[in-house]
Amino acid sequence: MNLHPVRAIYMAEMARTRRTLLQSIVSPVISTSLYFVVFGAAIGSRISEIGGVSYGAFIVPGLIMLMLLTQSVSNASFGIFFPKFSGSIYEILSAPISYLEIVIGYVGAAASKSILLGLIILGTSSFFVPLEIAHPFWMLTFLVLTAVTFSLLGFIIGIWADGFDKLQLVPLLIITPLTFLGGSFYSIDMLPPFWQTVTLANPVVYLVSGFRWSFYGISDVSVAASVAMITLFLVASLGAIAWIFRTGYRLKP
Amino acid sequence: MNDPIISINGLNKTYEGGFQALTRVDLSIQRGEIFALLGPNGAGKTTLISVVCGLVNPTEGQVVIDGFDSVTHYRQARERIGLVPQELTNEAFETVWNTVSFSRGLFGKAPDPAHIEKVLKSLALWDKRDNRLMTLSGGMKRRVLIAKALSHEPRILFLDEPTAGVDVELRRDMWEVVRGLRESGVTIILTTHYIEEAEEMADRIGVINRGEIVLVEEKAALMQKLGRKQLTLHLQTPLNELPTTLQQEALSLTANGYELVYTYDGHQDEEGHGISALLATLAREGITFKDLHTRQSSLEDIFVDLVKERA
Repeated sequence: MNLHPVRAIYMAEMARTRRTLLQSIVSPVISTSLYFVVFGAAIGSRISEIGGVSYGAFIVPGLIMLMLLTQSVSNASFGIFFPKFSGSIYEILSAPISYLEIVIGYVGAAASKSILLGLIILGTSSFFVPLEIAHPFWMLTFLVLTAVTFSLLGFIIGIWADGFDKLQLVPLLIITPLTFLGGSFYSIDMLPPFWQTVTLANPVVYLVSGFRWSFYGISDVSVAASVAMITLFLVASLGAIAWIFRTGYRLKP
Repeated sequence: MNDPIISINGLNKTYEGGFQALTRVDLSIQRGEIFALLGPNGAGKTTLISVVCGLVNPTEGQVVIDGFDSVTHYRQARERIGLVPQELTNEAFETVWNTVSFSRGLFGKAPDPAHIEKVLKSLALWDKRDNRLMTLSGGMKRRVLIAKALSHEPRILFLDEPTAGVDVELRRDMWEVVRGLRESGVTIILTTHYIEEAEEMADRIGVINRGEIVLVEEKAALMQKLGRKQLTLHLQTPLNELPTTLQQEALSLTANGYELVYTYDGHQDEEGHGISALLATLAREGITFKDLHTRQSSLEDIFVDLVKERA
C-alpha cells in the first residue's frame, strides 16, 4: 500500500471540513444542544428517572448516536458524490491506487470527523447534565465502529446517488426515522408490548442500547447482540463496497 | 523506431445500452512521439483514452503501457500516465497550489514543492497559485488541469481536446508547452478535431471514425499520399467548353469559364506528365492565362474525405 494517495485524499477531505467549519462542526453541536435544552431540561424535568439515570443524562448516548449516524452518512456520501457530480473523480479513478486506498482515504476522513463531533458533543453535554462513563473502552469502541460503519454506508450512498435528491433520500427517509424510533429518547420498556417486539427489528436499537450501556451499564438488549449487530453492519457495508469496485458500479461504465 | 510505449490490442468496448464505441482497435504509440487522434464528435476518441487510463472497463482486448498490463499491473501502468480531460472539471473551492499538490500525492509521489513550482511556472500559473479555482478564467482552468496531470512527472501525457474553447494566443502557448514536454522525453497523445492542431503538432496521425481506427500514418507521408494539389489558371478570355484535347476528369471550368482548375496528386508530377503536359497543350490550343495559383489540400480536406468515404 502506498500511503501518499491515502494521505492526499484524507487531507483534502479534512481541508474541506475546515473550509465548512460552520456547517460541519458548529451546526450539529448547536442542534444537539437544542435537544438537550428541550428534552433534557424542559421536558426531562417532568420525566422520572430511567433505570436510575436522570432523563437528561439518559438521552446523551442516544443523541450522540443520532448525530453520529446522520453526520457519518452525510459526510461520507457528500465526500464521494461531489467529485462524481463535478467530474473531478476522473483523477481518482485514473490514479495508481487500489480501491482499498480510496476507501480508507474517504471513509477515514468522514469517520474522523464524526468521531471528533461525537467527542465535542459529549463534552458539550457535560455542561448540561452530570455524566458518568462506566466502560470507557467500550464507549470508544462503539463510537469508532459506528462512525466507520455509517461512513461506509454513506460512501455507498454517495456512489449510488445520481442526483442531490437521492443523496438526501436515504438519510431522510431511513436513517433519521430509524434513529428516532431506535430508543434515542426512551427505553424500549416504555413502549406497548407489541411495539417492543417490532422495534427489535430496528438495527439502530442495538447501537443505541450498546452505547448507552457503555455509559450507565443499563441496556435494552444484550451487549453481545449490540456488538454482533454493529459487526454485521460493518461486514455488510464492506461487502457492498467490494462489489461496487469489482463491478465498477456507477463509477466505471 | 519500433519501441511502443503503449500497445493496444483488439480493444472492443460496448456500453451497457448496447452502443459499440470501439471496434477491434489495434494501435501502437511510439516512445517520445506526439500522436494526434483525429475524429468527428462521437467517434470514440474519449472512450479510447478512457480505457487506456482506467476510467472505462474494456469489453475485450488488452492495453500494455510501457510493458505493464493496464488491468493486472494498473499501479505501474497508471503512474506513468497523466490525463488532461476534455471537460473543465475541478474542485471549485480549492486553491491552485493545493489541487496540484493533491494530484501529485494521489499518484503516489512524495511531496515536492520545487517540482510543483516548476510546473506552475511553465504554465504561467505561478502568480495564481493562491487563487481559488472558481476565480480563474476558462483558459487558466485548462492550464490547471494540465498542471495536475504533470504534477507526478508522467512519461505519457493524454490531452483530450486540449485547446477546445481556448483563444488563439493561448492555443499557441499550449503548443509551446507540449513541444517542451516532448523535448523532455514525454510521449504525448492528443485528441482533437482542430485539424490545424494535428497538422501543427503531430508526428503521426490516427483517424478514428465510428469506433474504428481508419488510418494511422506519419503526418508527412499522409499529407503526401493523400494530399491533393490544385492548379487554378485565370484565363485571359473565358471558355464556353473545354477543347476535346483537354477533355479529362482532372480538369474543370469554373467562374463562368474564366478559371481552369486542374486537380492532381503528389506523384503525378514526378512521372513527368501533369502540369508540364497540360501547359504544353494549352499553348498548342492558344489558350492564354493571366495568373495562376496552386493550393495543396490540408489535412482537413484529407480528413473530411476519409470520414465521408466510410460514412
